[in-house]
Amino acid sequence: MTSERMKAGLPRARSRAVLTHAGGLHARPAIKLTQVAKRFECAVWIALAEQGPWIDAKSIARVMATKTPYMATLYFDAEGGDAAEAASALARLVESDFTDDGNGA
Amino acid sequence: MAKNVGIVIVSHSPDVAKGAADMVRQMVGTHVPLAWCGGNPAGGLGTSVEAVVKALELAWSDSGVVIMVDMGGAETNSEMAIEMMPEKRRARIVVCNGPIVEGAVMAATESSSGATLERVRRAAEELYSR
Repeated sequence: MTSERMKAGLPRARSRAVLTHAGGLHARPAIKLTQVAKRFECAVWIALAEQGPWIDAKSIARVMATKTPYMATLYFDAEGGDAAEAASALARLVESDFTDDGNGA
Repeated sequence: MAKNVGIVIVSHSPDVAKGAADMVRQMVGTHVPLAWCGGNPAGGLGTSVEAVVKALELAWSDSGVVIMVDMGGAETNSEMAIEMMPEKRRARIVVCNGPIVEGAVMAATESSSGATLERVRRAAEELYSR
């Protein structure tokens, strides 16, 4: 994974958010997170610690497999043209307890 | 015509097939063409080629359709159903090697983002390919 990350010259943005969703990152929020990540062109990684390990936030199987517990901090790292938008959209999604998916829902 | 890749769920049990489809609808949403079939005409367990054909037509998308099956006859009947589809559609239908419930939800999640047939198939099979 690390070798695919940090391609020189691409815009990069990071963000973080505390998972306040009761029950942690179970199926439904994991699906929503993946769907929001996929909306962006850039690569997006997610981790449970600032130093990784980083996993592909667009892979539903991998995101679900993190089994992120309640009150854990989720770290996002995006790389590509719309990295800033992706990083802030994902943090907003988690902070809003998965209600703000950027679609005005 | 539907743009997102369609999902067909084929189980020996209509309850399993319907339950998996309910999970897809409630967890992923309604932007993915979806159909299910299961059980034999007598109300028992089983699968039928005709029912799979009907489900394929219901969930058809020009982007293609993935079929999630449980075991044995579900897979062979799905393959026979594909043979009965118009030739130009056959190449755009794949039977996935993945868990029927989780695979259907993951395939639908991938499809909901507008992913290609190949990417949707990969998502459906990811849990078995690690």
